[in-house]
Amino acid sequence: MPPVYWPSPQMLLFAQFERNIRLDARTNILLFSVMAILLVAYLVGRALRRQPESTANPAVVRTFNLRVRAWAMMCAILIAGFLLDYVATVVLFALVSFWALREFITMTPTRRGDHRTLFWTFFLFTPLQYFLVGVGHEFYGFYTIMIPVYASLFIPARIAISGDPKRFLERVAKIQAGLLICVYALSHAPAVLDLELTTADGKRRVIGMPDAANSQAHQAPPAVQAGQPAVPSPQDLGSNAGLLFFFVLLVQLNDVFQYMWSQLLGRHVIAPQINASRTWEGFIGGVLSTVLVGILLSWATPFGVVWAGPIAAAVAVAGFAGSMTMSGIKRDRGVKDYGTLVSGHAGVLDRIDSICFAAPVFFHITRFFFSNIG
Amino acid sequence: MKLTVPLLAITAKLLSGAMLRWHECQPDTCQRVYFANHTSHLDALVLWSSLPGEIRDLTRPVAAKDYWTKTAIRRYIAKQFNALLIDREEIKVHQSPVDLMIREMSYTHSLIVFPEGGRNPGEEMQEFKSGLYYLSKKRPDLELMPVYIDNLNRVLPRGEFLPVPLLSCITIGPPIWLEPKEPKADFLKRARDAVRRLKDV
Repeated sequence: MPPVYWPSPQMLLFAQFERNIRLDARTNILLFSVMAILLVAYLVGRALRRQPESTANPAVVRTFNLRVRAWAMMCAILIAGFLLDYVATVVLFALVSFWALREFITMTPTRRGDHRTLFWTFFLFTPLQYFLVGVGHEFYGFYTIMIPVYASLFIPARIAISGDPKRFLERVAKIQAGLLICVYALSHAPAVLDLELTTADGKRRVIGMPDAANSQAHQAPPAVQAGQPAVPSPQDLGSNAGLLFFFVLLVQLNDVFQYMWSQLLGRHVIAPQINASRTWEGFIGGVLSTVLVGILLSWATPFGVVWAGPIAAAVAVAGFAGSMTMSGIKRDRGVKDYGTLVSGHAGVLDRIDSICFAAPVFFHITRFFFSNIG
Repeated sequence: MKLTVPLLAITAKLLSGAMLRWHECQPDTCQRVYFANHTSHLDALVLWSSLPGEIRDLTRPVAAKDYWTKTAIRRYIAKQFNALLIDREEIKVHQSPVDLMIREMSYTHSLIVFPEGGRNPGEEMQEFKSGLYYLSKKRPDLELMPVYIDNLNRVLPRGEFLPVPLLSCITIGPPIWLEPKEPKADFLKRARDAVRRLKDV
């Protein structure tokens, strides 16, 4: 009698750990160009800092240098993750989330009765969300509701049990918002790596195979691929790693563009009490510039020239919404940056606020229109 | 010993996200008494862990004997960070805590003390106990460094045993000394104000 094969949960798990992220030629081009630009920016910043009598405003130079350092850090995290594998990237994002949540809750006053709830937020829900994302897109149905439904119900219940009724709803909302923005939303960024990407017309690609083998894979099993166009041309495709990098790059550039256009043309401030430097001119100019960059870089994605534009626009608007929301929270707390309490300059959350808001938007667009669902 | 001390220090620092600021003063290995507000069991451990290595080796936190000898783990931690345990229940006449501190610190060690006595339950700092006054009366050469520990009470509040890893901040201010003929109450008030002032810098 042949042995019966039972796919146990452990086997399902370890099967996932063997996946690798493919860095194709175009992703490498994208990565190296960005690294080269960052290196140039770093050298320029260094040169500016060494010349205090130059025309540049020292405060602007300092901000510029801090920004460049933050981008270099982001680049390093993404590349380190890509070189290791999918699970490593998820773990790195989990650490970033953990730190951002730390900054968020530190800034937000909680009461003594929230302590146990916070413990579960940090040590159960945050790791569990990233664990589910790490296990893979098969668990999409669970990781997409775990925090919005179960954590959101658990938090008020646990606070109620601790017996402190003072400002109950407010305290619940603070912890829920922190978990949703810092953990749930950000976890959609590494989740992009586990999608089975297709092009707009639904051609299947297999992750972890070179383009040639990929093409053969589409031709070989005719039963699966029946009725679909035979070979996707290489320029239709991009790797998942390239896609995630494309996304982070767009969001960061969007921040820069919005700032630049605000400085150049800014007249009408959107909400002076929330953020005095965000203007309508900056917003529109930023979105248009981001769309342009999205189209120019569409070769790194499966979107094609036509869809890269609208997707870049959606990412830009979501990123803008993220910055505005986090500014609102900061103004409410009377702080300039999330890092102020501890280090005097901007914290992790200040750097990733727009990524947090744009990640679910980008993930869901990609998932619904450019991947094989289920 | 060699390995566990840095390990303990790194764990405490990671857990508390502690950031140490020297406000109008510099780290130094000279004999000092760091006096701080007391809001959490972690105070002594985190402050001690945050000090630079060569200062940490010379610094002994003063802690309550009844708390730190209760379990084997606490005894172990207290031993690792070279705590000077003071018996709160049984204070003998010729063996007062101040005499013990002066004898134990001799002419090399620095101390970490919490002059409020017990941990502070509320927001406001309690009045300082007089130990700091008698200590500096007998050893007027010691630099008294005010320390304000912020947010650590949220990391591990009273009665909890599971920490929440928020970010805390430790500010060390410029030293004060006991002035000649300064009354006890005035000195203790001045010392308390020196700590409280660091809250806003």
